[in-house]
Amino acid sequence: MTSAQILWFLLIGVLFSGFFFLEGFDFGIGMAVRFFGRNTAERDTIIQTIGPHWDGNEVWLITAGGAMFASFPMWYASLFSGYYLVLFLILVALIFRGVSFEFRANMKTETWRNFWEWAATIGSFCAAFLFGMMFTSMIEGVPMDAEGNIFGSFTTYVNWFSLVGGVAVTLMCLIHGLNFLQLKTLGTLRDRAQAWNKLLYPVLIVGEVLFVVLLYISTDFFAKKPASTWSILIVLVLLTLIAWWGVLKAHNWTAFIASGLSLISIVVLIFNGLFPRVMIATNSAHSILIKDASSSPYTLHIMTIVAFSILPIVLVYFIWSYWVFYKRLKSPKAA
Amino acid sequence: MLNAGLTVLGLSRFQFAMTTVFHFFFVPFSIGLAFVVAVMETMYVAKKDETYKKMAQFWGKMFLYSFAVGVVTGIIQEFQFGMNWSEYSRFMGDIFGAPLAIEALAAFFLESTFIGLWMFTWERFKPRIHALFIWLVAIGSSLSAVWILAANSFMQNPVGFAINKSTGRVVMTSFSAVVKNPQLWLELPHVLMGAGITASFVVAGCSAWRLLKKDHVSFYRKSLNVALVIGLIASLGSVASGDFQTRYLIKEQPMKFAAMEGLYKDSTNKGEWAIYSSFNTKQHKTTSSLDVPYVLNILSYHKFSGTVKGQNTVNKELHATYDKKFGKNMNYYVPTKTLFWSFRLMAVAGGLFALVAIVGLFFNRKKSQTIMKQRWFLYIMGLMIWLPFLVNTAGWFITEFGRYPWVVYGLLTIADAVSPTSTVGSLLFTNIVYFLLFAGLGLVMIVLSHRALKAGPDAVQMNGYSSEDTEGKVEDPYGTEAFNHD
Ligand code: HDD
Ligand code: HEM
Ligand code: HEM
Repeated sequence: MTSAQILWFLLIGVLFSGFFFLEGFDFGIGMAVRFFGRNTAERDTIIQTIGPHWDGNEVWLITAGGAMFASFPMWYASLFSGYYLVLFLILVALIFRGVSFEFRANMKTETWRNFWEWAATIGSFCAAFLFGMMFTSMIEGVPMDAEGNIFGSFTTYVNWFSLVGGVAVTLMCLIHGLNFLQLKTLGTLRDRAQAWNKLLYPVLIVGEVLFVVLLYISTDFFAKKPASTWSILIVLVLLTLIAWWGVLKAHNWTAFIASGLSLISIVVLIFNGLFPRVMIATNSAHSILIKDASSSPYTLHIMTIVAFSILPIVLVYFIWSYWVFYKRLKSPKAA
Repeated sequence: MLNAGLTVLGLSRFQFAMTTVFHFFFVPFSIGLAFVVAVMETMYVAKKDETYKKMAQFWGKMFLYSFAVGVVTGIIQEFQFGMNWSEYSRFMGDIFGAPLAIEALAAFFLESTFIGLWMFTWERFKPRIHALFIWLVAIGSSLSAVWILAANSFMQNPVGFAINKSTGRVVMTSFSAVVKNPQLWLELPHVLMGAGITASFVVAGCSAWRLLKKDHVSFYRKSLNVALVIGLIASLGSVASGDFQTRYLIKEQPMKFAAMEGLYKDSTNKGEWAIYSSFNTKQHKTTSSLDVPYVLNILSYHKFSGTVKGQNTVNKELHATYDKKFGKNMNYYVPTKTLFWSFRLMAVAGGLFALVAIVGLFFNRKKSQTIMKQRWFLYIMGLMIWLPFLVNTAGWFITEFGRYPWVVYGLLTIADAVSPTSTVGSLLFTNIVYFLLFAGLGLVMIVLSHRALKAGPDAVQMNGYSSEDTEGKVEDPYGTEAFNHD
């Protein structure tokens, strides 16, 4: 394993972290559209909080995918072809969700506006759930041949562990979204989001405990890396508690950052457990290792230069765009 | 052609073609429209004429629709290399991934961030700064074309690589060679000009329809003017850059060129160019054709003399070059009819666009009201809205079918590129769902654009609020007064 390979493994982790942090609240806001917003005016405001940002957030996923293709083609090829139907459903969910914000605002009838609102809501639920399910089932290990082709059956993708993982990620995104809403609104929406999260956090804690138990049973993480795995899990639980505290005390920033970081800690957990592999095969001889999966040293070198020269610039204007819209939106008057 | 039927290969190819063609309906429209809108907003900044601001917002709305669909179909594009073409991804990863990742980093972030800023800050920034946002969006979308075409160009003309002896896969040896690929710098201007044509003739066509109804005459006449000026430049540019590509193909991909011209036998020194031909593709024969002398040579060499190799000759040459590696059973003939007709459509359209732009600008001169009287001409422009989309697709048919039987020219065949894990059942399912989805999205797009046109320039709403329960007045959610903290 070269240092460039390790760097890129980390960078892919960073990109997925950015994706889950940002698209996490984006998905949560999407779910909130129908479940949380009580009337059209409220839904307007809810969607408005991510209006200028959702596309930029999604680019983190696109960049993560592109970077994976560039730095670990074998990983990209195995994962994407092996999870064909799961990714297909994710794409469908992202399509509905992605066009819904623009389309909804231009619908003339109640029925059609409802349609696109539901598209946003269900699309966000499904996308979050399927991503959670995909990554959880991936760390269980999948049936793979020596070339890295995955020949899974239904239970490879859908089993107790992956279902719990899916639900947990969905819940985390929803909570993260509501924390974002508290940060971005004033009045009734903010109060209600706080009330919801007060109730949702206990549920999440139960979910996390269940997840840890199943993680213990279904993966080799505890056997291979007990210390780091436990540390990350403790951090995860701590972050959850901090976020909960933030919700109770109406410290919106604390709650939001902590719920975002707890999503990131899931990514860290996965990448830590994978290392030095990128894909885990049920037959461990077929697992794909970082050292075999990457592109050539030259390509990695070029990509490193590119990433470190462009990413800082991107971060500057990306953060600036959040700064421009940093103010809170008023909740609509009670209908 | 897409004749492999219900096999994994056939369905994967059909799916790729369907998703990319659909993506590429919106991409050139968005790329071009970003520029058109940027020009309009710049004119607003320069002339302080509110009409131009309205124009930027009105056509900007169409841009947002197109952009939304372009984005969601773009994600399919990125994912499907891994999903459907995993062997291709393994083979090409070393080269292909880099431009793709750079596209996301350098282009998509720029585009998506500034589109958000542009949409929501009409009242907050000085007009000059605000116009800068749309320029950055336009630059971002063109940059994305640069990088994706860099990837595509490698498939047409591999450069800057070596083959890894032990894995048999491509390894990049020179990034600068990949970026300097001559194919790229021929494709790029042509694609961008095509984008300019697409946007400007849609804007022109829509304006023409409204002018037929005598609706907002001065607004649409000004829009028409901007569109036709850009359209004229773009159509002349596309003919010129297409000419460069044609002459490049003769040298680099003679099979593609021979098929574009419908030649099986070598051409004679008289350079007959077929306006019409019919083919027997099984026996590799041209059965009849209507020829004009010398045009072929003018097209190919800008001279009266010379000959062009036919497909039969090229076929023999390709067998001689590649039989050692790929065996004797390869079929190097490409889908002649598709290429032949696609090329004719493209070339005729190129001329037509330029002609219409010139005539339109003439009719639409400042003082005269001629354009309002030339209803036939407005009809023609209105009907031409569809043409650029067809022509763009035709151009890509040439490029993509013309590299048959390879995915990566001379290195990897299409048959060797598909995912070994794909099954006919799942592909059939996904193909059908994609098809229905695209049909639905296309329909919504048409309905929305139609509705926006009917509602007219005074009804534009940028800020994403539903129009109904606001009683006609919404406060700008990101405007200053909305933010008085409690
Ligand atoms: C509205 C759009 C449009 C118009 C008017 C034209 N083209 Fe085009 N053409 C395209 C849009 C396009 C395209 C869709 O953008 C393609 C596909 C790949 C590419 O580079 O551009 C293309 C490809 C393409 C190719 C294949 C390139 C390759 O495979 O490497 C050739 C040879 C030409 N064009 C030539 C022409 C000529 C001689 C034209 C006019 C006289 C012309 N095109 C007008
Ligand atoms: C610029 C980036 C592009 C890349 C990297 C690319 C790559 C590919 C690949 C991998 C395939 C599948 C293998 C094959 O069938 O040959 C394919 C097929 C195809 N592509 Fe592209 N493509 C690009 C752009 C486009 C665009 C913009 C269009 C049309 C609008 C297009 C039209 C097609 C068609 C029609 C096929 C099917 C050809 C066949 O079945 O042989 N491509 N392309
Ligand atoms: C000639 C071919 C292509 C060009 C010029 C092109 C260009 C663009 C442009 C301008 C957009 C922005 C959306 C819009 O303005 O409508 C876009 C979206 C996208 N395209 Fe393409 N594209 C092409 C083909 C492909 C292919 C083959 C891929 C696959 C790798 C791809 C991946 C994407 C992705 C991931 C997005 C979404 C970006 C976002 O969220 O902002 N494109 N493309």
